[in-house]
Amino acid sequence: MAEGMTWSVTDGDKLTQAEVYGEVLSQLGDKYPDIIAITADLASSTKIERFGKKYPERFINVGIAENSMFGMAAGLALAGFKPVVSTFAAFTALRSAEQVRTDICYQNLDVKIIATHAGISFGQAGSTHHCTEDIAVMRSFANMTVIVPADGLETGNAVAAAMEWPGPVYIRVGRGFEPPVNKTKDYGYEIGKAITMREGRDITIIACGVGVLHAVRAAEVLARQGLSARVINMHTIKPIDRDAIIQAVKDTRRIITVEDHNLIGGLGSAVAEVIIETGKACGFRKLGVPDCYSIVGYPEDLYHYYKFDADGIVETVSELMRMEIEEDEDWEDEV
Amino acid sequence: MPLTQEGIKGLTKKAWEIRRAIIETTFTCGGSHLGGSLSQTDVLVALYYKYLRIDAARPQWEDRDRFILSKGHGGIGWATILGDKGFFDKALLKDFNKTGSPFGMHLDSRRVKGCDASTGSLGHGLAIAIGLAVGARLRKKDYRTYCMMGDGELCEGTVWEASILAGHHKLDNLTAFVDRNSLMIDGPTEQITTLEPIDEKFKAFGWETLVIDGHDFAAIGEAIEKAQTIKGKPTIIICKTIKGKGVDIMEGQAQWHYGGLNSDLRDQALACIDKHYREIPG
Repeated sequence: MAEGMTWSVTDGDKLTQAEVYGEVLSQLGDKYPDIIAITADLASSTKIERFGKKYPERFINVGIAENSMFGMAAGLALAGFKPVVSTFAAFTALRSAEQVRTDICYQNLDVKIIATHAGISFGQAGSTHHCTEDIAVMRSFANMTVIVPADGLETGNAVAAAMEWPGPVYIRVGRGFEPPVNKTKDYGYEIGKAITMREGRDITIIACGVGVLHAVRAAEVLARQGLSARVINMHTIKPIDRDAIIQAVKDTRRIITVEDHNLIGGLGSAVAEVIIETGKACGFRKLGVPDCYSIVGYPEDLYHYYKFDADGIVETVSELMRMEIEEDEDWEDEV
Repeated sequence: MPLTQEGIKGLTKKAWEIRRAIIETTFTCGGSHLGGSLSQTDVLVALYYKYLRIDAARPQWEDRDRFILSKGHGGIGWATILGDKGFFDKALLKDFNKTGSPFGMHLDSRRVKGCDASTGSLGHGLAIAIGLAVGARLRKKDYRTYCMMGDGELCEGTVWEASILAGHHKLDNLTAFVDRNSLMIDGPTEQITTLEPIDEKFKAFGWETLVIDGHDFAAIGEAIEKAQTIKGKPTIIICKTIKGKGVDIMEGQAQWHYGGLNSDLRDQALACIDKHYREIPG
């Protein structure tokens, strides 16, 4: 490991988000001796087991008891530890929402949650194991920071950054076997700072998680059609990068959001909240899972079915480009 | 060290003083969870005035014993004791429930010194206490963690999840209490949903179980001291108590789970408490 680097992985482009997470967490164990890794019978699925193998005395598997797990994490944080908790997103944001909110967020405790199998990324498992509500739930908890990394390398960056970030953090990853969008981990990742993956003038696609990959692919198709699409990786949903959104309204007047989440309450809603406050006209569409329980299937098929893969994005961009936007060039009066 | 007769007398006096203060604060704050605050008082007084290793001047002292009031609605009783111990100026309690006050019905650990965890939603405290107890073990600290639950709270599944965990981890640095006053908001616990046999349930989950009279200081002291000696498992002390203890009109009455007091009721309640105080033997 080079000096100043906190983690490194080889073949990072071939690993899933969870695999990179497990590896990075295990590499952070010496730097952060207060990390206690906890899971609820999902050590291997969430990849937190890698930490447990390296530091068995700092690893706790509570069995299938998520509520106790999050309560226990709160107690450990009150005792001065830095608990890192992993289970599926559905069991975090839905089953244990109250423990996360009341025991952890209310007391503003230093608990880092890495929730896996989010959205419909575990498509074959059905809606009991999907979680298309967690961004909405988690961003409504005061004190909570919400991060949706685009790929494995960004997951590593987010986990490392979260260790230095005060208070509770929720990092949401998919089951994901998709190829990475980042070629290297060294692109200046910072919590709360959106990343422009591609510059563009005609429209802005703001995405998180697996949506970033689809957005980048869509932008390539659109470029061949003569359209210049900006792609923003909005990896931090809360606190959201307002400046990046306002700049996109100003520069392109058309915005599409892309996420593996219910269209209600997620990235799209968070972006819309900022857009509406600008008082400026802006064509806007949200792409993601409509307000329903997803059909079963392989994730890539589901992303296509619900039209938030590259094909769906291109289709929606074409529709939005036909829309007339009334522009108001005076920015000083409203923003 | 076992309680002496003199020690028991001192705690008994203190408990009635605390109950008196609870009534006074309830009068000024508009209403409180009187029933459970009065039933839990003797156990809390034994802990705070005899057994807990705490220092009000150092509320964040790393080596302090921890206390979690999982039945968070007993907050007014707990805050009265914390104020009396000097964690904060007890005159502040005159603002209990008032807008912007640090004190609401369920205490906030971020605003109330001496409050080790924010509680209120039932079934949460035991898991938090387990985290603190596991934390002590990992840090090689000898502090103990105490957690008091309500009996109605035992309906919550999370209590049993956590109980399995505490048994599995053999947390002999954890002592839990059940304030077994046999009433929940809507009536007697056994009529609403059967909880007994509580001791056998915990025993089956790997706990040492003790059943005592939760208003008998000698028994409370003996149980707490015994729990300190039990190795290889957590201890639960099931304290048989009377909801509304000490105030005739409230004793054993589910409707006094929560209530307000006008000046007549306050005077009546204080008269009952003062009578108990005068009747302390010796």
